[in-house]
Amino acid sequence: MTGVARTESEDSAHVLDETRIREQFPILTSMVGDRPLVYLDNAATTQKPRVVLDRLSRYYAAENANIHRGVYQLSQVATDAYEGARAKVARFLHASDPSEIVFTRNATEGINLVAQTFGRSTLGAGDEVVISTMEHHSNIVPWQLLCEEKGATLKVVPISDQGELDLDELDVLLGPRTKLVSIVHMSNSLGTVNPVREVVERAHARNVPVLVDGSQAAYHMKVDVRALGCDFYVVTGHKLYGPTGIGALYGRRTLLDAMPPYQGGGDMISSVTFDKTTYNEVPHKFEAGTPHIAGAIGLGAAVDFMTSIGFEPIVAHERRLLEYATNALTAVPGLRLIGTAPQKASILSFVLDGVHAHDIGTIVDTEGVAIRTGHHCTQPVMDRFGVPATARASLAMYNNADDIDRLVGALTKVREVFG
Amino acid sequence: MSDLRDLYQEVILDHNRSPRNFGPLEGADLKADGHNPLCGDKISIAVKVEDGVLTDVRFEGSGCAISKASASLMTEGVKGKSLDEARAMFERFRQLVTDQNALVDPSLGKLAVFAGVRDYPARVKCAILAWHTLRAAVDDNHDIVSTE
Repeated sequence: MTGVARTESEDSAHVLDETRIREQFPILTSMVGDRPLVYLDNAATTQKPRVVLDRLSRYYAAENANIHRGVYQLSQVATDAYEGARAKVARFLHASDPSEIVFTRNATEGINLVAQTFGRSTLGAGDEVVISTMEHHSNIVPWQLLCEEKGATLKVVPISDQGELDLDELDVLLGPRTKLVSIVHMSNSLGTVNPVREVVERAHARNVPVLVDGSQAAYHMKVDVRALGCDFYVVTGHKLYGPTGIGALYGRRTLLDAMPPYQGGGDMISSVTFDKTTYNEVPHKFEAGTPHIAGAIGLGAAVDFMTSIGFEPIVAHERRLLEYATNALTAVPGLRLIGTAPQKASILSFVLDGVHAHDIGTIVDTEGVAIRTGHHCTQPVMDRFGVPATARASLAMYNNADDIDRLVGALTKVREVFG
Repeated sequence: MSDLRDLYQEVILDHNRSPRNFGPLEGADLKADGHNPLCGDKISIAVKVEDGVLTDVRFEGSGCAISKASASLMTEGVKGKSLDEARAMFERFRQLVTDQNALVDPSLGKLAVFAGVRDYPARVKCAILAWHTLRAAVDDNHDIVSTE
Protein backbone atom coordinates (compact mmCIF):
# COMPACT_ATOMS: atom_id res chain seq x y z
CA MET A 1 0.00 0.00 0.00
CA THR A 2 1.23 3.47 -0.79
CA GLY A 3 1.56 6.44 1.51
CA VAL A 4 -1.40 8.34 2.72
CA ALA A 5 -1.55 11.21 0.30
CA ARG A 6 -1.07 8.92 -2.69
CA THR A 7 0.66 11.62 -4.68
CA GLU A 8 3.52 11.64 -2.22
CA SER A 9 6.26 9.14 -1.90
CA GLU A 10 8.69 9.42 0.92
CA ASP A 11 11.72 7.32 1.51
CA SER A 12 12.23 8.35 5.11
CA ALA A 13 12.50 5.61 7.68
CA HIS A 14 9.94 7.56 9.68
CA VAL A 15 7.04 6.85 7.35
CA LEU A 16 4.33 4.82 8.98
CA ASP A 17 3.83 1.38 7.46
CA GLU A 18 0.06 1.48 7.04
CA THR A 19 -0.39 -2.19 6.39
CA ARG A 20 1.66 -3.24 9.39
CA ILE A 21 -0.16 -0.80 11.65
CA ARG A 22 -3.60 -1.89 10.46
CA GLU A 23 -2.75 -5.56 10.94
CA GLN A 24 -2.30 -4.94 14.62
CA PHE A 25 -5.91 -3.87 15.14
CA PRO A 26 -8.16 -6.94 14.89
CA ILE A 27 -11.40 -4.94 14.66
CA LEU A 28 -10.34 -3.25 11.44
CA THR A 29 -11.07 -6.41 9.46
CA SER A 30 -14.68 -6.59 10.66
CA MET A 31 -17.69 -6.02 8.45
CA VAL A 32 -20.71 -3.77 8.84
CA GLY A 33 -23.35 -5.71 6.97
CA ASP A 34 -21.57 -6.50 3.70
CA ARG A 35 -19.16 -3.56 3.88
CA PRO A 36 -15.74 -3.53 5.54
CA LEU A 37 -15.74 -1.25 8.58
CA VAL A 38 -14.32 2.23 8.12
CA TYR A 39 -13.78 3.55 11.62
CA LEU A 40 -13.62 7.33 11.80
CA ASP A 41 -14.89 7.94 15.33
CA ASN A 42 -11.52 7.94 17.03
CA ALA A 43 -12.19 11.13 18.95
CA ALA A 44 -14.86 9.16 20.82
CA THR A 45 -12.67 6.15 21.37
CA THR A 46 -9.79 4.48 19.55
CA GLN A 47 -9.57 0.81 18.62
CA LYS A 48 -7.24 -1.49 20.51
CA PRO A 49 -4.11 -3.14 19.15
CA ARG A 50 -3.53 -6.83 19.77
CA VAL A 51 -0.69 -6.13 22.23
CA VAL A 52 -3.16 -4.39 24.53
CA LEU A 53 -5.75 -7.16 24.24
CA ASP A 54 -3.06 -9.77 24.87
CA ARG A 55 -1.72 -7.87 27.87
CA LEU A 56 -5.18 -7.70 29.48
CA SER A 57 -5.67 -11.36 28.84
CA ARG A 58 -2.26 -12.27 30.25
CA TYR A 59 -2.92 -10.25 33.40
CA TYR A 60 -6.20 -12.01 34.09
CA ALA A 61 -4.88 -15.43 33.04
CA ALA A 62 -1.58 -15.38 34.87
CA GLU A 63 -1.09 -12.37 37.13
CA ASN A 64 -4.42 -11.56 38.73
CA ALA A 65 -4.22 -10.67 42.42
CA ASN A 66 -5.03 -7.61 44.43
CA ILE A 67 -2.16 -5.18 44.66
CA HIS A 68 -0.26 -3.57 47.55
CA ARG A 69 0.25 -5.27 50.93
CA GLY A 70 0.03 -8.81 49.57
CA VAL A 71 2.84 -10.90 50.98
CA TYR A 72 2.53 -13.64 48.41
CA GLN A 73 4.37 -13.68 45.12
CA LEU A 74 1.36 -13.32 42.83
CA SER A 75 0.30 -10.12 44.56
CA GLN A 76 3.81 -8.79 44.11
CA VAL A 77 3.68 -9.61 40.39
CA ALA A 78 0.41 -7.73 40.06
CA THR A 79 1.70 -4.80 42.12
CA ASP A 80 4.84 -4.58 40.01
CA ALA A 81 2.80 -4.62 36.82
CA TYR A 82 0.44 -1.93 38.14
CA GLU A 83 3.20 0.34 39.41
CA GLY A 84 5.21 -0.42 36.28
CA ALA A 85 2.29 0.89 34.25
CA ARG A 86 2.35 4.08 36.30
CA ALA A 87 6.01 4.52 35.44
CA LYS A 88 5.23 3.95 31.74
CA VAL A 89 2.51 6.62 31.80
CA ALA A 90 4.87 8.98 33.63
CA ARG A 91 7.49 8.50 30.91
CA PHE A 92 4.84 8.84 28.20
CA LEU A 93 3.78 12.25 29.56
CA HIS A 94 7.37 13.15 30.48
CA ALA A 95 6.54 13.66 34.14
CA SER A 96 9.45 13.94 36.56
CA ASP A 97 8.40 10.99 38.65
CA PRO A 98 5.77 8.21 38.68
CA SER A 99 4.38 9.60 41.93
CA GLU A 100 3.01 12.49 39.87
CA ILE A 101 0.67 10.10 38.04
CA VAL A 102 -2.69 9.29 39.65
CA PHE A 103 -4.77 6.58 38.00
CA THR A 104 -8.38 7.60 37.45
CA ARG A 105 -11.36 6.16 35.59
CA ASN A 106 -10.97 8.60 32.72
CA ALA A 107 -10.13 12.22 31.96
CA THR A 108 -13.48 13.32 33.37
CA GLU A 109 -12.58 11.86 36.73
CA GLY A 110 -9.17 13.50 36.55
CA ILE A 111 -10.82 16.91 36.16
CA ASN A 112 -13.37 16.18 38.88
CA LEU A 113 -10.58 15.05 41.18
CA VAL A 114 -8.77 18.37 40.77
CA ALA A 115 -12.03 20.30 41.16
CA GLN A 116 -13.00 18.44 44.33
CA THR A 117 -9.57 18.55 46.00
CA PHE A 118 -7.48 21.43 44.72
CA GLY A 119 -10.56 23.41 43.73
CA ARG A 120 -12.52 22.95 46.92
CA SER A 121 -9.56 23.77 49.13
CA THR A 122 -8.49 26.79 47.08
CA LEU A 123 -11.61 28.54 45.83
CA GLY A 124 -13.63 30.95 47.89
CA ALA A 125 -16.55 33.28 47.27
CA GLY A 126 -15.75 35.77 44.53
CA ASP A 127 -12.89 33.72 43.10
CA GLU A 128 -12.73 32.77 39.44
CA VAL A 129 -11.95 29.79 37.23
CA VAL A 130 -11.06 30.42 33.59
CA ILE A 131 -12.00 27.96 30.85
CA SER A 132 -12.72 28.40 27.12
CA THR A 133 -15.67 28.16 24.74
CA MET A 134 -14.24 25.02 23.15
CA GLU A 135 -14.21 22.89 26.29
CA HIS A 136 -15.82 19.47 26.43
CA HIS A 137 -18.69 19.36 28.91
CA SER A 138 -16.33 17.43 31.20
CA ASN A 139 -14.21 20.56 31.53
CA ILE A 140 -17.22 22.82 32.09
CA VAL A 141 -19.63 21.10 34.43
CA PRO A 142 -17.16 20.16 37.25
CA TRP A 143 -16.21 23.86 37.47
CA GLN A 144 -19.83 24.99 37.36
CA LEU A 145 -20.61 22.67 40.26
CA LEU A 146 -17.61 23.94 42.18
CA CYS A 147 -18.35 27.60 41.46
CA GLU A 148 -21.95 27.14 42.53
CA GLU A 149 -20.84 25.57 45.80
CA LYS A 150 -18.25 28.24 46.52
CA GLY A 151 -19.95 31.33 45.17
CA ALA A 152 -17.18 31.60 42.60
CA THR A 153 -17.45 32.61 38.94
CA LEU A 154 -16.63 30.77 35.72
CA LYS A 155 -14.97 32.94 33.07
CA VAL A 156 -14.93 31.80 29.46
CA VAL A 157 -12.24 32.68 26.90
CA PRO A 158 -13.95 33.14 23.51
CA ILE A 159 -12.84 31.58 20.23
CA SER A 160 -12.56 32.95 16.70
CA ASP A 161 -14.57 31.96 13.62
CA GLN A 162 -11.76 29.53 12.75
CA GLY A 163 -11.97 28.01 16.21
CA GLU A 164 -8.87 29.60 17.71
CA LEU A 165 -8.49 30.63 21.32
CA ASP A 166 -8.55 34.41 21.87
CA LEU A 167 -5.33 34.85 23.84
CA ASP A 168 -5.84 38.61 24.22
CA GLU A 169 -9.12 37.90 25.95
CA LEU A 170 -7.38 35.35 28.16
CA ASP A 171 -5.13 38.17 29.38
CA VAL A 172 -8.19 40.27 30.12
CA LEU A 173 -9.92 37.46 32.01
CA LEU A 174 -6.89 36.54 34.12
CA GLY A 175 -7.40 38.65 37.21
CA PRO A 176 -6.47 38.87 40.88
CA ARG A 177 -9.29 36.46 41.74
CA THR A 178 -8.36 33.79 39.17
CA LYS A 179 -7.49 30.58 40.98
CA LEU A 180 -7.16 28.19 38.04
CA VAL A 181 -7.13 28.04 34.26
CA SER A 182 -8.51 24.79 32.84
CA ILE A 183 -8.07 24.46 29.11
CA VAL A 184 -8.28 21.78 26.47
CA HIS A 185 -5.06 20.89 24.64
CA MET A 186 -6.89 19.81 21.47
CA SER A 187 -10.58 20.41 20.81
CA ASN A 188 -12.65 17.26 20.28
CA SER A 189 -15.18 19.02 18.06
CA LEU A 190 -12.95 21.45 16.13
CA GLY A 191 -9.54 19.81 16.09
CA THR A 192 -7.90 23.06 17.21
CA VAL A 193 -4.57 22.53 18.97
CA ASN A 194 -4.24 25.25 21.57
CA PRO A 195 -0.95 27.04 22.33
CA VAL A 196 -0.82 25.52 25.80
CA ARG A 197 2.72 26.68 26.50
CA GLU A 198 1.64 30.28 25.90
CA VAL A 199 -1.48 29.90 28.01
CA VAL A 200 0.65 28.51 30.84
CA GLU A 201 3.15 31.36 30.58
CA ARG A 202 0.41 33.97 30.76
CA ALA A 203 -1.30 32.24 33.68
CA HIS A 204 1.91 31.58 35.60
CA ALA A 205 2.90 35.23 35.19
CA ARG A 206 -0.06 35.85 37.51
CA ASN A 207 0.66 32.81 39.70
CA VAL A 208 -2.36 30.96 38.37
CA PRO A 209 -1.97 27.19 37.93
CA VAL A 210 -3.16 25.51 34.73
CA LEU A 211 -4.97 22.24 34.16
CA VAL A 212 -4.81 20.84 30.63
CA ASP A 213 -7.37 18.39 29.25
CA GLY A 214 -5.28 16.13 27.06
CA SER A 215 -7.98 13.63 26.13
CA GLN A 216 -7.64 14.31 22.42
CA ALA A 217 -4.07 15.54 22.19
CA ALA A 218 -2.27 12.64 23.82
CA TYR A 219 -2.78 10.12 21.01
CA HIS A 220 -2.04 12.57 18.22
CA MET A 221 1.14 14.24 19.46
CA LYS A 222 3.97 13.93 21.93
CA VAL A 223 2.97 15.37 25.29
CA ASP A 224 5.69 16.72 27.55
CA VAL A 225 4.11 18.13 30.69
CA ARG A 226 7.38 19.69 31.80
CA ALA A 227 7.91 21.44 28.47
CA LEU A 228 4.31 22.63 28.53
CA GLY A 229 4.85 23.78 32.10
CA CYS A 230 1.29 22.90 33.10
CA ASP A 231 0.35 21.97 36.66
CA PHE A 232 -2.21 19.27 35.87
CA TYR A 233 -2.73 17.19 32.74
CA VAL A 234 -5.49 14.62 32.30
CA VAL A 235 -5.74 11.76 29.80
CA THR A 236 -8.10 8.87 29.24
CA GLY A 237 -6.88 5.38 28.41
CA HIS A 238 -9.50 4.40 25.87
CA LYS A 239 -8.44 7.20 23.55
CA LEU A 240 -4.81 6.12 23.86
CA TYR A 241 -5.50 2.76 22.19
CA GLY A 242 -5.98 1.38 25.70
CA PRO A 243 -8.87 -0.03 27.74
CA THR A 244 -11.96 1.85 28.87
CA GLY A 245 -12.34 2.68 32.56
CA ILE A 246 -8.78 3.83 33.10
CA GLY A 247 -7.28 7.29 32.85
CA ALA A 248 -4.50 9.27 34.41
CA LEU A 249 -3.98 12.61 36.07
CA TYR A 250 -0.56 14.20 36.05
CA GLY A 251 -0.12 16.65 38.90
CA ARG A 252 2.89 18.67 39.91
CA ARG A 253 4.20 16.92 43.02
CA THR A 254 4.10 19.99 45.28
CA LEU A 255 0.45 20.57 44.39
CA LEU A 256 -0.53 16.90 44.84
CA ASP A 257 1.17 16.85 48.25
CA ALA A 258 -0.77 19.88 49.41
CA MET A 259 -4.14 18.69 48.11
CA PRO A 260 -6.64 16.95 50.40
CA PRO A 261 -7.69 13.40 49.47
CA TYR A 262 -10.36 12.77 46.84
CA GLN A 263 -12.28 9.72 48.04
CA GLY A 264 -11.90 7.89 51.31
CA GLY A 265 -11.26 4.17 51.55
CA GLY A 266 -8.63 1.49 51.53
CA ASP A 267 -5.18 2.06 50.07
CA MET A 268 -5.38 5.85 50.42
CA ILE A 269 -4.53 5.78 54.13
CA SER A 270 -1.39 5.16 56.11
CA SER A 271 -3.18 4.52 59.41
CA VAL A 272 -6.77 4.55 60.59
CA THR A 273 -8.16 4.90 64.09
CA PHE A 274 -11.55 6.23 65.06
CA ASP A 275 -9.84 9.32 66.41
CA LYS A 276 -7.65 10.13 63.46
CA THR A 277 -6.76 8.86 60.04
CA THR A 278 -3.53 9.79 58.31
CA TYR A 279 -3.32 9.62 54.58
CA ASN A 280 -1.00 7.70 52.35
CA GLU A 281 1.60 9.44 50.22
CA VAL A 282 0.86 10.61 46.70
CA PRO A 283 -0.26 9.22 44.38
CA HIS A 284 -1.91 6.57 46.59
CA LYS A 285 -3.68 9.25 48.61
CA PHE A 286 -5.90 9.75 45.56
CA GLU A 287 -6.53 6.10 44.73
CA ALA A 288 -9.03 4.79 47.26
CA GLY A 289 -10.15 1.18 46.93
CA THR A 290 -9.03 -1.51 44.53
CA PRO A 291 -8.20 0.32 41.32
CA HIS A 292 -8.69 -0.86 37.74
CA ILE A 293 -5.53 -2.94 37.89
CA ALA A 294 -5.99 -4.63 34.53
CA GLY A 295 -6.91 -1.32 32.95
CA ALA A 296 -3.78 0.38 34.21
CA ILE A 297 -1.62 -2.50 32.98
CA GLY A 298 -3.42 -2.40 29.63
CA LEU A 299 -2.83 1.34 29.44
CA GLY A 300 0.83 0.70 30.11
CA ALA A 301 0.89 -1.66 27.12
CA ALA A 302 -0.92 0.93 25.01
CA VAL A 303 1.57 3.71 25.71
CA ASP A 304 4.40 1.26 25.03
CA PHE A 305 2.72 0.51 21.69
CA MET A 306 2.60 4.20 20.75
CA THR A 307 6.16 4.77 21.94
CA SER A 308 7.42 1.82 19.90
CA ILE A 309 5.97 3.43 16.76
CA GLY A 310 7.01 6.93 17.75
CA PHE A 311 5.10 10.16 17.44
CA GLU A 312 7.20 11.46 14.58
CA PRO A 313 5.74 9.03 12.04
CA ILE A 314 2.30 9.14 13.67
CA VAL A 315 2.15 12.93 13.45
CA ALA A 316 3.45 12.96 9.88
CA HIS A 317 0.96 10.30 8.78
CA GLU A 318 -2.02 11.96 10.43
CA ARG A 319 -1.03 15.39 9.12
CA ARG A 320 -0.91 14.12 5.54
CA LEU A 321 -4.17 12.29 6.03
CA LEU A 322 -5.82 15.39 7.52
CA GLU A 323 -4.71 17.39 4.49
CA TYR A 324 -5.98 14.71 2.13
CA ALA A 325 -9.30 14.53 3.98
CA THR A 326 -9.65 18.31 4.17
CA ASN A 327 -9.20 18.59 0.40
CA ALA A 328 -11.53 15.67 -0.29
CA LEU A 329 -14.29 16.92 2.00
CA THR A 330 -14.18 20.55 0.94
CA ALA A 331 -14.68 19.33 -2.63
CA VAL A 332 -18.03 17.81 -1.62
CA PRO A 333 -20.78 20.20 -2.81
CA GLY A 334 -22.55 21.97 0.05
CA LEU A 335 -20.11 20.78 2.70
CA ARG A 336 -18.72 23.26 5.21
CA LEU A 337 -15.99 22.45 7.71
CA ILE A 338 -16.50 23.72 11.26
CA GLY A 339 -13.08 24.31 12.80
CA THR A 340 -10.44 25.58 10.42
CA ALA A 341 -7.71 26.75 12.77
CA PRO A 342 -4.23 26.74 11.20
CA GLN A 343 -3.07 24.68 14.18
CA LYS A 344 -5.36 21.69 14.10
CA ALA A 345 -5.10 17.92 14.03
CA SER A 346 -7.00 14.86 12.93
CA ILE A 347 -10.58 16.06 13.35
CA LEU A 348 -12.99 17.07 10.59
CA SER A 349 -16.29 18.46 11.83
CA PHE A 350 -18.67 19.38 9.06
CA VAL A 351 -22.20 20.30 8.09
CA LEU A 352 -23.91 19.58 4.80
CA ASP A 353 -26.42 22.00 3.26
CA GLY A 354 -29.96 20.85 3.81
CA VAL A 355 -29.07 17.64 5.61
CA HIS A 356 -29.03 17.23 9.38
CA ALA A 357 -25.91 15.59 10.81
CA HIS A 358 -27.94 12.74 12.25
CA ASP A 359 -29.23 11.79 8.81
CA ILE A 360 -25.68 11.89 7.47
CA GLY A 361 -24.56 9.54 10.24
CA THR A 362 -27.28 6.99 9.55
CA ILE A 363 -26.71 6.98 5.79
CA VAL A 364 -22.92 6.70 5.87
CA ASP A 365 -23.30 3.89 8.41
CA THR A 366 -25.13 1.85 5.77
CA GLU A 367 -21.90 2.13 3.77
CA GLY A 368 -19.91 0.80 6.73
CA VAL A 369 -18.52 4.21 7.68
CA ALA A 370 -18.62 5.03 11.40
CA ILE A 371 -18.61 8.74 12.19
CA ARG A 372 -20.10 10.64 15.11
CA THR A 373 -22.93 13.11 14.76
CA GLY A 374 -24.32 15.51 17.32
CA HIS A 375 -22.87 18.14 19.59
CA HIS A 376 -19.89 16.01 20.68
CA CYS A 377 -20.40 17.09 24.31
CA THR A 378 -19.50 20.63 23.28
CA GLN A 379 -22.83 22.43 23.10
CA PRO A 380 -21.23 25.88 23.56
CA VAL A 381 -19.16 25.21 20.42
CA MET A 382 -22.33 24.37 18.47
CA ASP A 383 -23.93 27.59 19.74
CA ARG A 384 -20.81 29.57 18.85
CA PHE A 385 -20.99 28.36 15.26
CA GLY A 386 -24.78 28.50 15.09
CA VAL A 387 -25.30 24.86 14.18
CA PRO A 388 -27.46 22.32 16.03
CA ALA A 389 -24.97 19.54 15.41
CA THR A 390 -22.09 18.50 13.19
CA ALA A 391 -20.92 15.30 11.58
CA ARG A 392 -17.40 14.49 12.72
CA ALA A 393 -14.78 12.27 11.16
CA SER A 394 -11.79 11.81 13.44
CA LEU A 395 -8.56 10.11 12.47
CA ALA A 396 -6.13 7.78 14.17
CA MET A 397 -2.83 6.23 13.16
CA TYR A 398 -4.51 3.31 11.38
CA ASN A 399 -6.72 5.37 9.08
CA ASN A 400 -5.73 5.79 5.46
CA ALA A 401 -6.77 7.47 2.23
CA ASP A 402 -9.09 4.55 1.43
CA ASP A 403 -11.07 5.38 4.56
CA ILE A 404 -11.46 8.98 3.43
CA ASP A 405 -12.47 7.89 -0.08
CA ARG A 406 -15.10 5.60 1.44
CA LEU A 407 -16.43 8.48 3.56
CA VAL A 408 -16.63 10.78 0.54
CA GLY A 409 -18.35 8.02 -1.43
CA ALA A 410 -20.85 7.56 1.40
CA LEU A 411 -21.52 11.31 1.41
CA THR A 412 -22.44 11.01 -2.27
CA LYS A 413 -25.08 8.54 -1.18
CA VAL A 414 -26.40 11.12 1.30
CA ARG A 415 -26.90 13.44 -1.66
CA GLU A 416 -28.62 10.71 -3.64
CA VAL A 417 -31.12 10.20 -0.83
CA PHE A 418 -31.70 13.87 -0.08
CA GLY A 419 -31.38 15.20 -3.61
CA MET B 1 -29.52 -3.81 7.94
CA SER B 2 -32.61 -3.01 5.96
CA ASP B 3 -32.63 -0.88 2.86
CA LEU B 4 -32.06 2.80 3.46
CA ARG B 5 -35.11 3.58 1.36
CA ASP B 6 -37.25 1.86 4.00
CA LEU B 7 -36.17 4.60 6.38
CA TYR B 8 -35.96 7.57 4.04
CA GLN B 9 -39.19 7.02 2.15
CA GLU B 10 -40.25 9.59 -0.41
CA VAL B 11 -43.08 10.82 1.82
CA ILE B 12 -40.59 11.44 4.63
CA LEU B 13 -38.18 13.28 2.37
CA ASP B 14 -41.04 15.35 1.01
CA HIS B 15 -42.26 16.37 4.46
CA ASN B 16 -38.65 17.15 5.45
CA ARG B 17 -38.27 19.46 2.46
CA SER B 18 -41.70 21.05 2.81
CA PRO B 19 -43.03 20.55 6.31
CA ARG B 20 -46.80 21.03 6.65
CA ASN B 21 -48.36 23.10 9.43
CA PHE B 22 -44.98 24.64 10.13
CA GLY B 23 -44.82 27.96 11.96
CA PRO B 24 -46.44 29.77 14.85
CA LEU B 25 -50.06 29.23 15.80
CA GLU B 26 -51.87 32.38 16.85
CA GLY B 27 -54.27 31.96 19.70
CA ALA B 28 -53.01 28.51 20.63
CA ASP B 29 -54.75 26.91 23.59
CA LEU B 30 -51.96 24.52 24.54
CA LYS B 31 -48.23 24.44 23.85
CA ALA B 32 -45.23 22.29 24.69
CA ASP B 33 -41.53 22.20 23.88
CA GLY B 34 -39.47 19.11 23.16
CA HIS B 35 -35.74 18.57 22.97
CA ASN B 36 -33.53 15.71 21.88
CA PRO B 37 -30.18 16.64 23.43
CA LEU B 38 -28.48 13.77 21.62
CA CYS B 39 -28.79 15.38 18.20
CA GLY B 40 -29.91 18.90 19.08
CA ASP B 41 -33.46 18.50 17.75
CA LYS B 42 -35.80 21.14 19.14
CA ILE B 43 -39.51 21.28 18.58
CA SER B 44 -42.47 23.32 19.78
CA ILE B 45 -46.03 22.12 19.30
CA ALA B 46 -49.04 24.41 19.58
CA VAL B 47 -52.65 23.28 19.38
CA LYS B 48 -56.12 24.73 19.34
CA VAL B 49 -58.82 22.72 21.08
CA GLU B 50 -62.57 23.11 20.72
CA ASP B 51 -64.94 20.80 22.56
CA GLY B 52 -62.14 18.31 23.17
CA VAL B 53 -61.13 18.22 19.49
CA LEU B 54 -57.79 19.33 18.04
CA THR B 55 -58.94 21.89 15.53
CA ASP B 56 -55.46 23.09 14.64
CA VAL B 57 -51.93 21.79 15.27
CA ARG B 58 -48.72 23.51 14.19
CA PHE B 59 -45.07 23.02 14.97
CA GLU B 60 -41.80 24.95 14.90
CA GLY B 61 -38.21 23.97 15.45
CA SER B 62 -35.26 22.30 13.82
CA GLY B 63 -34.12 18.75 13.54
CA CYS B 64 -33.16 15.86 11.34
CA ALA B 65 -35.30 14.65 8.45
CA ILE B 66 -36.93 11.95 10.54
CA SER B 67 -37.95 14.27 13.36
CA LYS B 68 -39.14 17.04 11.06
CA ALA B 69 -41.15 14.71 8.82
CA SER B 70 -42.58 12.96 11.86
CA ALA B 71 -43.78 16.27 13.29
CA SER B 72 -45.21 17.34 9.95
CA LEU B 73 -47.09 14.10 9.33
CA MET B 74 -48.26 14.04 12.92
CA THR B 75 -49.86 17.48 12.64
CA GLU B 76 -51.77 16.27 9.60
CA GLY B 77 -52.70 13.02 11.27
CA VAL B 78 -54.10 14.37 14.53
CA LYS B 79 -55.93 17.43 13.22
CA GLY B 80 -59.65 16.94 13.73
CA LYS B 81 -59.10 14.14 16.24
CA SER B 82 -60.24 14.26 19.85
CA LEU B 83 -57.63 14.53 22.59
CA ASP B 84 -58.24 10.91 23.54
CA GLU B 85 -57.90 9.79 19.93
CA ALA B 86 -54.61 11.69 19.68
CA ARG B 87 -53.34 9.94 22.81
CA ALA B 88 -54.32 6.59 21.36
CA MET B 89 -52.53 7.43 18.09
CA PHE B 90 -49.41 8.24 20.08
CA GLU B 91 -49.46 4.72 21.54
CA ARG B 92 -50.02 3.13 18.13
CA PHE B 93 -47.24 5.24 16.63
CA ARG B 94 -44.87 4.29 19.43
CA GLN B 95 -45.59 0.65 18.80
CA LEU B 96 -45.08 1.16 15.06
CA VAL B 97 -41.55 2.55 15.48
CA THR B 98 -40.37 0.35 18.34
CA ASP B 99 -41.98 -3.07 18.01
CA GLN B 100 -40.24 -5.30 15.49
CA ASN B 101 -43.24 -7.60 15.27
CA ALA B 102 -46.04 -5.06 15.24
CA LEU B 103 -48.41 -5.16 12.32
CA VAL B 104 -49.00 -1.76 10.82
CA ASP B 105 -52.26 -0.42 12.19
CA PRO B 106 -54.28 0.79 9.18
CA SER B 107 -55.72 3.64 11.27
CA LEU B 108 -52.27 5.26 11.23
CA GLY B 109 -52.69 6.05 7.55
CA LYS B 110 -49.72 7.88 6.05
CA LEU B 111 -47.85 7.60 9.37
CA ALA B 112 -47.16 3.98 8.42
CA VAL B 113 -44.13 5.26 6.45
CA PHE B 114 -42.28 5.41 9.76
CA ALA B 115 -42.35 1.62 10.17
CA GLY B 116 -38.79 1.57 8.77
CA VAL B 117 -37.53 3.41 11.84
CA ARG B 118 -37.83 0.26 13.95
CA ASP B 119 -34.76 -1.12 12.14
CA TYR B 120 -32.73 1.90 13.25
CA PRO B 121 -32.88 1.93 17.06
CA ALA B 122 -30.71 5.05 17.24
CA ARG B 123 -33.35 6.97 15.31
CA VAL B 124 -36.48 6.01 17.26
CA LYS B 125 -36.08 9.08 19.47
CA CYS B 126 -36.02 11.29 16.39
CA ALA B 127 -39.33 9.87 15.18
CA ILE B 128 -41.08 10.00 18.49
CA LEU B 129 -40.00 13.41 19.80
CA ALA B 130 -42.90 15.27 18.16
CA TRP B 131 -45.37 12.81 19.61
CA HIS B 132 -44.00 13.09 23.13
CA THR B 133 -44.21 16.84 22.77
CA LEU B 134 -47.78 16.73 21.50
CA ARG B 135 -48.67 14.47 24.38
CA ALA B 136 -47.21 17.00 26.82
CA ALA B 137 -49.20 19.75 25.12
CA VAL B 138 -52.54 17.95 25.29
CA ASP B 139 -51.82 16.90 28.88
CA ASP B 140 -50.97 20.56 29.58
CA ASN B 141 -47.58 19.55 30.92
CA HIS B 142 -45.19 22.49 30.98
CA ASP B 143 -41.95 20.62 31.56
CA ILE B 144 -39.72 20.59 28.51
CA VAL B 145 -39.92 17.13 27.01
CA SER B 146 -36.54 15.47 26.69
CA THR B 147 -35.73 12.21 25.00
CA GLU B 148 -32.83 11.64 27.37
